[in-house]
Amino acid sequence: MKYSYYPGCSLKGQGRAYEESLLPVMRHLGIELEELPDWNCCGATAYMAVDEGKACVAASRNLAIAEKAGLQQVLAPCSACYLVLNKTQHLIHDYPQIKSAVDRAMTSVNLKYSTDIPVRHPLDVLISDVGVDAIKQKVTHPLKGLKVAPYYGCQIVRPYATFDDQFNPTSMDRILEALGATMVQFPLKTKCCGGSLTGTLPEAGLRLSYIILKEAIKRGADVIATVCPLCLFNLDSFHGKIAAKWESARIPTVYFTQLMGLAFGMTAKQMGLQRGLVPMKPLASAPACCAARTAAAAT
Amino acid sequence: MEMTRTIKYEADRVKGFGEEVMSVPGCEKLKDCIQCGTCSGVCPLSIYMDFTPRQVIEMTRFDFKNEVLGSKTIWLCASCYACSVECPQQIGITDIMYELKQRAIKEKVYPRGLPTPVLAQEFTKMVHDYGRVNEILLATKMYMKTNPLAAMGMSTLGLGMIKTGRFSMIQEKIQGRADLARMLETVDEGK
Amino acid sequence: MQSTKENIRIGFYVCHCGHNIAAMVDCADVAKYVKGLPNVVLSRDYKYMCSDPGQELIQKDIREYKLNRVVVASCSPLLHEHTFRSATAAGGLNPYYFHMVNIREHDSWVHTDRGEATVKAKALAHAAIDRVAFHKALETKTVKINPDALVVGGGIAGIHAAMTLANAGKKVYLVEREPSIGGHMAKFDKTFPTLDCAACILTPKMSEVGAHPNITLWSYSEVAQVDGYVGNYKVRVKRKPRYISEERCIGCMDCISACVFKEPKFEDEFNEGLGKRKPVYIPFPQATPQIVVIDPNVCLNFKRTKGPDGTPIVSDRCKKTCVEACGDKNAIDFTQKEEIKEIEVGTIIVATGFKTFDSKRVPAYGYGIYKNVYTALEIERLVNASGPTGGEVILREGKNPDGSPKHPKSIGIIHCVGSRDKKTNVWCSRVCCMYSMKLAHLLKEHTGAEVYNFYIDIRAPGKGYEEFYNKLLDEGVHFIRGRVGEVTDWAMTPEEEGKLVIRVEDTLAGYVRRIPVDMVVLSSGLEPQADAQDVRRLFNMSCGTEGFFLERHPKLAPVNTFTDGIFIAGACQGPRDIPDTVAQAGAAAAEALVLIDKGFVEQEPNTAFILDEECSGCKSCIPLCPYSAILYDETRKKAHINEALCKGCGTCVAACPSGSIVQNLFEDEQIFSEIQGVLAYD
Ligand SMILES: Cc1cc2nc3c(=O)[nH]c(=O)nc-3n(C[C@H](O)[C@H](O)[C@H](O)COP(=O)(O)OP(=O)(O)OC[C@H]3O[C@@H](n4cnc5c(N)ncnc54)[C@H](O)[C@@H]3O)c2cc1C
Ligand code: SF4
Ligand code: SF4
Repeated sequence: MKYSYYPGCSLKGQGRAYEESLLPVMRHLGIELEELPDWNCCGATAYMAVDEGKACVAASRNLAIAEKAGLQQVLAPCSACYLVLNKTQHLIHDYPQIKSAVDRAMTSVNLKYSTDIPVRHPLDVLISDVGVDAIKQKVTHPLKGLKVAPYYGCQIVRPYATFDDQFNPTSMDRILEALGATMVQFPLKTKCCGGSLTGTLPEAGLRLSYIILKEAIKRGADVIATVCPLCLFNLDSFHGKIAAKWESARIPTVYFTQLMGLAFGMTAKQMGLQRGLVPMKPLASAPACCAARTAAAAT
Repeated sequence: MEMTRTIKYEADRVKGFGEEVMSVPGCEKLKDCIQCGTCSGVCPLSIYMDFTPRQVIEMTRFDFKNEVLGSKTIWLCASCYACSVECPQQIGITDIMYELKQRAIKEKVYPRGLPTPVLAQEFTKMVHDYGRVNEILLATKMYMKTNPLAAMGMSTLGLGMIKTGRFSMIQEKIQGRADLARMLETVDEGK
Repeated sequence: MQSTKENIRIGFYVCHCGHNIAAMVDCADVAKYVKGLPNVVLSRDYKYMCSDPGQELIQKDIREYKLNRVVVASCSPLLHEHTFRSATAAGGLNPYYFHMVNIREHDSWVHTDRGEATVKAKALAHAAIDRVAFHKALETKTVKINPDALVVGGGIAGIHAAMTLANAGKKVYLVEREPSIGGHMAKFDKTFPTLDCAACILTPKMSEVGAHPNITLWSYSEVAQVDGYVGNYKVRVKRKPRYISEERCIGCMDCISACVFKEPKFEDEFNEGLGKRKPVYIPFPQATPQIVVIDPNVCLNFKRTKGPDGTPIVSDRCKKTCVEACGDKNAIDFTQKEEIKEIEVGTIIVATGFKTFDSKRVPAYGYGIYKNVYTALEIERLVNASGPTGGEVILREGKNPDGSPKHPKSIGIIHCVGSRDKKTNVWCSRVCCMYSMKLAHLLKEHTGAEVYNFYIDIRAPGKGYEEFYNKLLDEGVHFIRGRVGEVTDWAMTPEEEGKLVIRVEDTLAGYVRRIPVDMVVLSSGLEPQADAQDVRRLFNMSCGTEGFFLERHPKLAPVNTFTDGIFIAGACQGPRDIPDTVAQAGAAAAEALVLIDKGFVEQEPNTAFILDEECSGCKSCIPLCPYSAILYDETRKKAHINEALCKGCGTCVAACPSGSIVQNLFEDEQIFSEIQGVLAYD
C-alpha cells in the first residue's frame, strides 16, 4: 500500500512530533508514504475566510500534483488539511463556478485537475486498510493500565463524516484499545478546542481547551490522545494561562501515533515525546530502558 | 445620557445583500432558517458573540449588512461546523460565516482591534508569497500588527517551543512559488 | 367498424371554469374550431359546465339535436367525469358515449402563454372528437358486499371503529398484534387538554369490545394474507401461540403468583422497560382480553432454544408451578402452535397506529448515555398511578444522602425530538407540544419541580388547547423558545455540579443559556410503524414519502385508500391526537357502513377481456397482473380475466404477444384515432 503523504505546514513546524511518530509507525505496519513533491499550504480555515475561490485553487494545486505523480490516494494527517482538501473536492464537484475557476488556474500553469483523488486520514487508513487485528499483532509493549481520553476534535468528522460516526467516532478508541489502553468515557470527543482563537482571542479560545482538559482529568484520564497538530498545541501549550484564568488543568496530550509507537516498542524519543510541554508519565509496561527514556525525555 | 436608536427603518437595510450571500456556494439555504436557535445552542463560541449565530442568519437574510459585517460574531467562529451538522434545516451556517468574513475583509469593515481578520490576511499573504506557512513567524507578525504587548506575554510559550525544538524562524518556500502566484491571480482575473 | 355504420352526431362543450380555464384559453375560439371538425353537430362554450344549467344543457341538446356522442373539455375526470356521464345518461344516452378532455390541470393551470394554451386545448379537443366516434355502449356491473368487516389494530382508532360497526349490527373481526388492545393510549395517565384519566375513558371501551357479541377479538394476532376485492376479501389471520387456552383462562392470574420466578425479572415492554415482569404475565391490569401470556424466550419450560423453523421448543425443565396453580381450569398449554384463521369480509379498516421516534438518533440529547434522560413515553409510565413506581417520579440515577430514591427538583422537556428536522423527520408530529405540556403539568404536580419547556413553536390549535397553554403559564411552568443544542454532564459553575446541563439559545431574550436540571424529557415525535411498508403491501395501499398510509384525497376522501373497501383511521395515516383519531375512526366506520348497507358496488366497465379465438395460451399476462385477476383455464388452454378483480390498468393488454386482450374504453381504434386527432392540429 502506497499513499501520497501530504504533511501540511504544522507537521513540519510546531507539530513535528506528529510526523516523527506517524512515519515510523506507518512504515512498521507496511504502509509506504511518499511525500507529495513541492506541496503548498492547504489554506486552513484562514484562507476560506479571505477568498474562497483562491482557497480552493491553492488547495487543489496539491491534488493536481498528486494526480500528476500518478498517486492513487492522499494521506492528510492534519485535521485542517484533511478537511480543506476534502471540502475543496466537494466544492469543485458541486459548483460549476468553482470548477471553472480551478480549471482556469490549472491551465495557466499546465496542471490538470481531472479526478477526485481520495483524501484520507491516518485513522481511516489504519482502521479500514490495515485493520485493528494487524495493529494488535504488532503490539510488543501493551499500554496496560493507561487511561486515555480519546479526543478527535471537530474537523475530521464535521461537516463530512466519511469514515467514522459523526457524533460518536470510535476509530481511535478501537486502535488504542488494540494497544492495550483503556478509554475513559469522554463525551467531549468532537468538541472544538478553540482552533486559532487561542492565539487571536485567548479568552474565548482557551476556555474551550480548558473544558476539554478539566473534563479529561475529571473522567480519570492519564493522557489525552489527539489526531490534530492544532488540537495538541492548544491543549499542551497554555497551562499557565489556563491556571491563571480558571484553575490548573494539567494533563499531557499526545498524538495517537506516539502511543502506537510506544506499544510497538519504539522509544519515547523516537516518537518525539520530548517535544510535549506537559510530560507524559513513563509507562509501567515499557521496558526499563524506554521507561527511563520517557522520563528523561519528559523532564 | 446618550441614546441610540434601535428601531430599524427600511432605509437601514442594504437591499439585495441577503440574496447575494445566498448565491454563494454553500449558503443557498439561508432563507430556510426557522430561527430555532440550535446553531447558537451548539456553538462553543456563542457565549462571547455580540449576536448569536441565529441572529446573524436573520440579520443577513433581512439585509442588515452593516450590522452583520461589523459584528464580532463572524470573527469568533472557529469553523468547527457544529452548527452546520446540527441545524434542522441543514443550513451551511459555517459557510455563511466564511462568506461574511470575506465580505467584511473586502470592504474593510471588520471591527478594529480584532486580531482574527488580521491573522487571516497575514496567513493568506504568506501562502501567496511562499506557498507555506510558518506558524511562529505568522503569530509574530499578527501580534506586531495588533497588540505588540501581548507578544511579550507569549514569551514563555516561545521559550517552550525553543526548548522542545519546535521553534523555527526559517521561512520555508516552495519551488513553484511563481506558479502558485500565477494560479491565484487567475481567480482575480476571472472575477 | 361502428363509426362507418352509424351516423355519428357529436355535441361538444368547452367550459370556462370561471377564470380557471378562460383566463388562459380562448374558449370561444376552441368552440369555433371544433365546430368545423367531422361529425360535430354542435359546439358551445359555457361558463360552468358542472352547474345544474350546464348539465341540463347537455340533456336538452341530446334530445333536440339527436346527439349520440358528447365531449366536454373542462377539468380533470377525477372531479367531474361522473357528473357528465350522469348528465349524458339523463339525456337518454349510454353514459360511455361521453368523453372528457382535461384542459385545466393539463393546460390552463400549467401554461403561461394564452395563444399556445389555446392551441393545446384545440389539439386535445380534436383528439377527443376523433376518439369518441369509436366509443361503444357499455354496462356497469355490480358486485355484492359481504357485510362482515375486519379492523386491523386495536388502538383507540381500531377500538372505536370496531365498536361503531358492531353497534350498527355488523359482525367485526378485530385483529391486534399485542397481547392486549389499547394501543398507546393505554399507557397514558391523563390525556390533554382536559386531563381526564386515560384509563377511565379507555378501559370501559376496551371491556365493551371484549364482551360485544358482534366482535371477534383476536389479540396476539396478525394479518398474514389478503386476497379478493371490495366486498369479497379473503383474509388469513395468524394467531401467535400465547401458550394459554383463551377459552379456558378466566384471568385469575394465579399462575403469575405461582411462577417459579418469585420476583419479576424480565424487561416489561408495556412499561417501556422501566418495570419488570415474569415469563407468565398480563401486560397491565386492565388488559383486554384478560388472558395471560407466556413469553417463550424467558420461560424456563422452553429450553430458550428454537427449532429449525424458529418455534420455541418445550424442554419440560421447569417444575411448572403455574400449571399446578391453574389446576382444573387447565388453561396452560405448552404445546400450543401458531394457528391460521381464514375469514371472509367485505370491508377492512386499517388502524395500525404509529411508533415513537428513537431518541438515540439525536445523540446530542444524550438518551442512552445519561441515565436521567427519559423519553416522553417513559414519563407517561412514570407518572401513571398503575405504572412501575405507582406514580412516584424517581430518578434512574442518583440517590439522596440517606440512600432513598431521588426526586427531580428541576426538569427540562425538549420538544420536537426527531420532528421538524431534515436530518430525521421533516414533519411536525402534531401532538408533542400538547403532550409535553400535559407532562409538564403532571410532573410539576407530582414533584413540585421547576419545569422548563424548550420549544421551537407552540402548536396548540385544537379546541381548548390554547387555553391549556395559558393554564400552564399560570401554573408557573417555564417556556423557553429555542431548540436545545445539547445536553451534557459537565459543570462550568458550582450549581451545575452533578446535573445535566441543557445548552440552548433563549431566542426571545437573545441569550445562550445553560440550564442545569435533574431530569431531561425528550418529546420524541411520531413515525410510521416499522412494518408500515409490509402492511401497505398486504392491503394494497400506498404510503406518502414519509411512510404514513396515503389517503385517497387529503380533503375529500381522508379515510379512503386507493383500494376500494379498504379504509384507514388514526395515527397510521399521520400523526394525530385522540380526538382526531376517534373522529377519523368514526368516519372510516361510516364509509364502510355505506358500502355494507348499500349491499353492492358498481364497477367501472373499463375492464380487459380476452378474445378467445386469438389467445394462444402463452400465459405471459398471468404473472404481470398486479391484481391477480387473470386465471388460466387448463381445459381450454386459454387465459381468462375475472372482471370483478380487473382494475383496468392495461398492463396485460400491452403485454399480450398475440394482441388478444382488449380493454373497454381503451380499444386500439379508440387510442389510435385519439393520437391521430391530437397530431392533426398544426
Ligand atoms: C407520549 C405521548 C403522549 C400522548 N398523549 C396524548 C394525550 O394526552 N391526548 C391525546 O389526545 N393524544 C395523545 N397522544 C397521541 C395518541 O397516542 C394518539 O392519538 C393515539 O394513540 C392514536 O391511536 P391509534 O389507534 O391510531 O394508534 P395506536 O395507539 O398506536 O394503536 C395502534 C394499535 O395497532 C396495533 N398494531 C400495529 N400494527 C399492527 C399490525 N400490523 N397488526 C395488528 N395490530 C397492529 C398496535 O399494537 C396498537 O395496539 C400522545 C402520544 C404520545 C407519543
Ligand atoms: S439552527 Fe438552522 S434553522 Fe435553526 S436558527 Fe440556526 S440556522 Fe436557523
Ligand atoms: S462553525 Fe462557527 S458558528 Fe458554527 S458552531 Fe462552530 S464556531 Fe459556532
